[in-house]
Amino acid sequence: MNTVISYFKSLTLWELVKGLHLTGGYLIKRKITIQYPEEKTPQSPRFRGLHALRRYPNGEERCIACKLCEAVCPALAITIESEPREDGTRRTTRYDIDLTKCIFCGFCEESCPVDSIVETRHFEYHGEQRGDLLMTKQNLLANGDRFEAQIAADRASESRYR
Amino acid sequence: MNIVALIEAQLTWLPAPAVVTLIIVLKILCIVVPVMGSVAYLTLAERKVIGFIQVRIGPNRVGPLGLLQPIADALKLLCKEVIVPSGSNRFLFLVAPVLALGPALAAWAVIPFDAELILADISAGLLYILALTSLGVYGIIVAGWASNSKYAFLGAMRSAAQIVSYEIPMGFALVGVLVAAGSLNLGQIVEAQRGGLGLFSWFWLPLFPLFVIYFISGVAETNRAPFDVSEGESEIVAGFHVEYAGMAFALFFLAEYANMILISGLTAVLFLGGWLSPIPGIPDGIHWFIAKTAFFLFLFLWFRATFPRYRYDQIMRLGWKIFLPITIVWIIVVSAMVVWNVPPWFAA
Repeated sequence: MNTVISYFKSLTLWELVKGLHLTGGYLIKRKITIQYPEEKTPQSPRFRGLHALRRYPNGEERCIACKLCEAVCPALAITIESEPREDGTRRTTRYDIDLTKCIFCGFCEESCPVDSIVETRHFEYHGEQRGDLLMTKQNLLANGDRFEAQIAADRASESRYR
Repeated sequence: MNIVALIEAQLTWLPAPAVVTLIIVLKILCIVVPVMGSVAYLTLAERKVIGFIQVRIGPNRVGPLGLLQPIADALKLLCKEVIVPSGSNRFLFLVAPVLALGPALAAWAVIPFDAELILADISAGLLYILALTSLGVYGIIVAGWASNSKYAFLGAMRSAAQIVSYEIPMGFALVGVLVAAGSLNLGQIVEAQRGGLGLFSWFWLPLFPLFVIYFISGVAETNRAPFDVSEGESEIVAGFHVEYAGMAFALFFLAEYANMILISGLTAVLFLGGWLSPIPGIPDGIHWFIAKTAFFLFLFLWFRATFPRYRYDQIMRLGWKIFLPITIVWIIVVSAMVVWNVPPWFAA
């Protein structure tokens, strides 16, 4: 009996018609396309985008060159060199992030004891040469200055969970 | 036909053979230009339909609703270099796309768009169609061989075997139509479907298995999904046209889509009564032919968005062990219906 049924089904193209019915239903469904440059999807305050180095409100850079981020970075994208400054504090002389290596895991941000290295919500950046994606300390500090308001607001809103 | 007489009256100063040639060329242009336009917009329709089925909206950036997209695509392909691989047979490599496109366009000569609207009203139109649609495979075989590439050759072999296999059930389906209509002329085939029952007097009902098999074989003949093993991008890269670029590639594309339109138009003519109106009160005419063709074209796109590719041996099994017996049985049934004048379709 089962053989007869399956024979009948294959002769009437039953399964093919079922498939067409399914896709035909999707044809008239509401489309979920987000038209990117004009429309954007909502973004979490924990979004991990372009990196930035923050400063204290008095303008002093936060980074103390503990190199925890360099150690935790799974992609080995961070390179840090440090020296004591004239006032005796330890500061970085070099803080590079190779964005072509970075996997945006956010470990550097989590490991930082002074909330210095952070990932901003900014993700619409590009490089026209390979070197453009090798961020130096100057670039990162500039990013921090540029997005400080947003960074601080996001840290404040998420402070309960940090 | 008044327009033809008008043009002839304007050209009395030319020698008669030149006028005839000119009129024929003009008629050919009147068919080829709309066909090419349809091909261009079929590519857009395909992307839109498949997009919609995948809950996307498809191309909409070039022009309003993406309507200028085909023009942008054509321009891009025109500007690209035609690369001829160093190991290839240069002459055959360049001739193959033309061989693929030629028959796809030539077959349009005998398609009756309307009762009077037909380029070549030849008595053996069905045979001509059968001959030309099988010629198209030579373009693919020559392309696959001339490329001197493994994947291209594999694609060409698959395509050749597949087209030869499906040519037979397709031919038998056409034999069924021929028996039912009693004519090889496509215009007379349409007229034979005229009856008191509106759309139920068309051949799709008495010849239903042949109708389904003809259309499925048509999908296989045009190497469309789910029978696109000759391209099979996940198995053999792009099959027969893997080495082609630029306009040479575009010609294969044009041929494939022109063939799709041709198969849809033929299915409309042979089984859905061509230009005949299904609703009494609305007059017959070319708009019905276009609407029916568009319906089958939509089926092509729907199939592509729905079905995964058949395995190669399954294609062969379907063609030889299922379609062939069914068509033969149904030809006998149709012949019996015709001999015994089974009403309502074959009443004496």
